[in-house]
Amino acid sequence: MTIKELSKIKETYIDERKKELEEGVATVDVHMGTCGIAAGGRNVFSALQGEIERLGVENVKLRVTGCAGLCSMEPMITVHLPGQAPVKYGKLDAAKTREIFYSHVLGGHPKAEYAIGQGLEKPQKRVEIE
Amino acid sequence: MAKVDAVIEAYRKVPGALLIALEKTQDITLYLPVDLQRYIASKMDIPPSKVSGVVTFYSYFSTVPRGRRVVKVCSGTACYVKRSGEILDRLKQKIGVGEGEVTADGEYSIEEVRCLGACGLAPVVVIGEETFGLIDPEHVEEIIEKA
Amino acid sequence: MISSVSKIAYCASRKCKFRKPIDVRSLLERALDELGYRGRIGLVETDCLISCFQGPSIMFLPGGKVFQVLSEEHFTETLKGFFASLQHPTSPLLSEPRTEKEIPGIEHLDFFAKQKLIVLRNRGHIDAEAIEEYIAHDGYLALYKTLTAMTPEAVIGEVKLSGLRGRGGAGFPTGTKWEEARKYGAFPKYVICNGDEGDPGAFMDRSVMESDPHAVLEGMIVCGYAIGARQGHIYVRAEYPLALRMLRTAIDRAREKGFLGRNILGTGFDFDIDIYPGAGAFVCGESTALMYSIEGKRGMPRIKPPRSTESGLWGKPTCLNNVETFANVAQIILNGGQWFRSIGTQDSAGTKVFSLTGAVKNVGLVEVPMGTDLRTIIFEIGGGIRGNARFKAVQLGGPSGGCLTDEHLHLPVTFDSLQDAGAMMGSGGIVVMDDTNCMVDVARFFTQFCVDESCGKCVPCRVGLRVMLGTLEKIIVGQGEPSDLELLERQANHIASTSHCGLGQAAPNPVLSTLRYFHDEYVAHIREKRCPALVCVDLLRFEVDAESCKRCGLCSKVCPVDAITWQKKEVAVLHREKCIRCKSCIRACKFKAIH
Repeated sequence: MTIKELSKIKETYIDERKKELEEGVATVDVHMGTCGIAAGGRNVFSALQGEIERLGVENVKLRVTGCAGLCSMEPMITVHLPGQAPVKYGKLDAAKTREIFYSHVLGGHPKAEYAIGQGLEKPQKRVEIE
Repeated sequence: MAKVDAVIEAYRKVPGALLIALEKTQDITLYLPVDLQRYIASKMDIPPSKVSGVVTFYSYFSTVPRGRRVVKVCSGTACYVKRSGEILDRLKQKIGVGEGEVTADGEYSIEEVRCLGACGLAPVVVIGEETFGLIDPEHVEEIIEKA
Repeated sequence: MISSVSKIAYCASRKCKFRKPIDVRSLLERALDELGYRGRIGLVETDCLISCFQGPSIMFLPGGKVFQVLSEEHFTETLKGFFASLQHPTSPLLSEPRTEKEIPGIEHLDFFAKQKLIVLRNRGHIDAEAIEEYIAHDGYLALYKTLTAMTPEAVIGEVKLSGLRGRGGAGFPTGTKWEEARKYGAFPKYVICNGDEGDPGAFMDRSVMESDPHAVLEGMIVCGYAIGARQGHIYVRAEYPLALRMLRTAIDRAREKGFLGRNILGTGFDFDIDIYPGAGAFVCGESTALMYSIEGKRGMPRIKPPRSTESGLWGKPTCLNNVETFANVAQIILNGGQWFRSIGTQDSAGTKVFSLTGAVKNVGLVEVPMGTDLRTIIFEIGGGIRGNARFKAVQLGGPSGGCLTDEHLHLPVTFDSLQDAGAMMGSGGIVVMDDTNCMVDVARFFTQFCVDESCGKCVPCRVGLRVMLGTLEKIIVGQGEPSDLELLERQANHIASTSHCGLGQAAPNPVLSTLRYFHDEYVAHIREKRCPALVCVDLLRFEVDAESCKRCGLCSKVCPVDAITWQKKEVAVLHREKCIRCKSCIRACKFKAIH
């Protein structure tokens, strides 16, 4: 692997994400670390998966990511809609997740009553040196 | 036993593989009684005392039978301050066995385990592969029914 | 556009039906019939689609556009209109995204806003099983830079400059360790990642291994290059099955992409990593014990020197670092040692990840610059104490650490700052305790833990701790004597000064620190035979205090054996002959009237 191939992987990934957003694909991150799973993260995931399959929705992408850090609010998900700030939800169960799925993911209306906050954490960005 | 032999054969010549060989053997046999330890020792050509020394040192190994589903009560600090001791007592009562015993049908055994690292959900109990968090000690019996 | 609609979902929420009793299904069936789409477009019932509470909505799938059915009149025409407007991507979204005033921005939430993420930079937003996502967030760029543009000495120089110290607890300077491991000429050399996170109450390493395993691998490969090793091992506790799975996947993916194995990135450097699942022994977190465990032996610490950088695994030079330490490395290489050094304090550079648990509102993983004070961590990020209880103590550093009180909350947390107060930062477990926790009982808990986990090699730890535990248990059941306090202190100091390894030497810390800051509580147990936190069951009398009883009757309701009788406006009466001492009533009473 050369540096070109390395940046190719990066660019391809970023391009794909951009394309998805342009095509209006919503992404739901289910945070499934050990804590998330123990708190019922699997139920949340299968609720989403079930609805997506049942309705035959094609423009919602479901992802499994790691712990989001706030264990006392598990299970958590983050909903990314094109053109909207991502919203983190917490203390979910299958029923609440379905509500969020219809109202926010499909309908575009965030469910404020289950939301923790909107926006993303600002991780350390690369400092350009030399 | 053929499976056990296969495991031993795979690790016989690998230096330092005793722990892994024992882990894989226990995955098959569920526990490591003294006779089995002797057998492994002779097959791997190491003194039985060394095998026994390793088996008794690590909490992962058991020399007595375990249930098909092991109920593990976390005894980490976060769980302890949220009354994991009471949970352990209640579960023992509910299942009807003490630590190191198995139910008559071979289904359950119960253990107190070191911190499972799910402190955010303390107190935590693991039954088989399933983790249960935020357990209310007053309603601990329910999780056995759910599991 | 019509051909792209495969299904129509319709809202069947009861709230909607109540507002507008429209039978959407038959309406849709009729209209689709009339338009000739029957059989081509399916109908699915859903729950409330957008919480509009104005009338039933329908949604076109797979696109997800929502329309409202406001009237039954001329529905076929309306539906036709909907189909037509699907061609204009901007028009028919019924629900223009509202200004999300009700949902606070993450930047206004103390839990998230006060953290600085270096180690946890990818938390929650990458899929740990997809190496592409790690690469898209600058993953393996540091490795590339290391292998193509830096000499091993330059890598070590950068790590030394950064001031990075071992995150496992001891705080040994990482760059110095690498330099030592490089210095010795014996081969092969080994890199070991310590993922045997044994401190109860600590789970940051688990989280890093689960959610960003490539960051750990990258740090290890860079270390391998710097010290001249070709083999790395990760030792992970068997209690962490998900972490094991994620690491295994990550190693496979990294091999496929050529970040591990022979001739990495075409530079001629070979390095590979394998995983050892630990078999459950706290002492294996000690570096020499861990190495014996990898060798298939009982994990018992040996006397140092020689340091493991000279003679470690299989007697060869070995560089052992903790998960969090390795996870910092790629960022240091990318951003420079100077940058890392600018974060944190003079002696403790960078950030530290803490697992904040116990009686706080926000339980979770907290990454803050070194030197952040305890108050900020517990009361701002942690959101303070949960429920009505009061802050009582904070326990840091697991069984090797100590308990501190509110007079220490102003202290910054660094490797060295808490030592004078009798605690330590350790690996970063923070357990917050409120006034329902008995400190004598907490000391007993940690001592019991150390008794269970003592490897048995040296007498002070194996026997001494057991004797000390006996003294504590005597106090807890109410048989303590005034001389026991002095005895405890003597026992503790004896164990601390004569134990073989760090774990034994630090094992009396919980006892010593509680003796120092919660002396009164010990005295209450011994002299008054009373447990102020109402925890130690043998010291409870199970009496109702008529003065503090507010006559609410809650105790009588929760008693599982009907041992408490109560009548309206009367003080509850506890019948001790029936009482099973389960403490349900004590926990239920809001006025602490039963003791």
